[in-house]
Amino acid sequence: MRGVHDMGGLEAGRCERDEHEYEQWEKRVDALMMLLSAKDRDLLKVDELRRNIESLGADAYDRMGYYERWMHSIVQTLLQRGVITIDELGRKLAEKEARDARG
Amino acid sequence: MSGASSDTAGYYRRMQAAVEELLILKGIVTPEEVQRQVDAMDARNYKRGASMVARAWCDSAFKARMLANGSAAAEELGLEVGPLKLIVVENTPGIHNVIVCTLCSCYPRMLLGIPPEWYKSRAYRSRVVREPRAVLAEFGTRLPEDVDIRVHDSTADMRYMVLPLRPRGTDGWNEERLAALVTRDSLIGVARLPDLG
Amino acid sequence: MRAAESVPARFRVGDRVRVRRADPPGHLRTPWYCRGHVGTIKRLCGAFANPEELAYNRPGLPAQPLYRVRFKATDLWPDYREHARDVVEIEIFQHWLERAVE
Repeated sequence: MRGVHDMGGLEAGRCERDEHEYEQWEKRVDALMMLLSAKDRDLLKVDELRRNIESLGADAYDRMGYYERWMHSIVQTLLQRGVITIDELGRKLAEKEARDARG
Repeated sequence: MSGASSDTAGYYRRMQAAVEELLILKGIVTPEEVQRQVDAMDARNYKRGASMVARAWCDSAFKARMLANGSAAAEELGLEVGPLKLIVVENTPGIHNVIVCTLCSCYPRMLLGIPPEWYKSRAYRSRVVREPRAVLAEFGTRLPEDVDIRVHDSTADMRYMVLPLRPRGTDGWNEERLAALVTRDSLIGVARLPDLG
Repeated sequence: MRAAESVPARFRVGDRVRVRRADPPGHLRTPWYCRGHVGTIKRLCGAFANPEELAYNRPGLPAQPLYRVRFKATDLWPDYREHARDVVEIEIFQHWLERAVE
């Protein structure tokens, strides 16, 4: 079956001349991908990143922003590789949410 | 669509911060390395490609080397491109080249930096392989009747950049002046460089 | 890469090749729109580890030859309304290609 990402030749809307000034967090997602996939670390292959993005359902794929898909995929890869655990990620995220809520 | 979707606003930003902190705690990355990487990517932009184009317009031997091995040519000019495998494709009076990655967003990032948002869009990735002239028209580009199009889909390890046609009316210009004429969109192939009066 | 770790190249520039109509699951870099179609080898790009395997953190060896294959737009799209000589060039790994009998 044609993957959600495999869109060459499909009908689609107008090309809008979108430019996007990336926010710091998005640039840091990009940086993390580069650092983790560098040969001396090899904690993530760009191919694993792509596979995890392609595994998103069609709805999520189109709804999510570009670096949201990357961040989702970096997390999936690190979990699959055993670099981080779900529990420690969950606790760290809760810390972040609490900090954001305090303002 | 660009940026964060409204119902996940903040979630992935927090995710990025959380993962980065965990990786730092585990000694896998340092905050300085992450910042250095951000700065290095910020420093890469289309002007690096423009300088290669200007050199190629002035020096036919360099142009031949660039068309044979784009990455080696970049390094000749002192442009660090790491593991990039660059193929430069030449526009001629009869042929116009356009670059896309239909499967994701492959782009010669180590030379030109991060690709524009539209390059990653569903509209561009779906349609440019199927109706390139209609897509080019949406970018304001109309090709003469006798020009053929070559669309390059970056599906694997190679990355592509277009060598645009040198605009008429630039005889005797030095490289710096020529490089300033080159636009990012002309290196991707959705634009041509106008002739000067 | 040691010679034993890459598959020898079977095709040469100018050869006519057909993209196999396979449809395995997982991470593939052969786009749907070219499967089953015939094109011409324009360049041998070298041999690279197989991304289908790299996607599962496996070595992807032996490396597969990677080719740039040129397809006529009028072959890819039955209703192509733009110019007859327009082409699309795609990088395709050798294990997706077979010699075309025309």
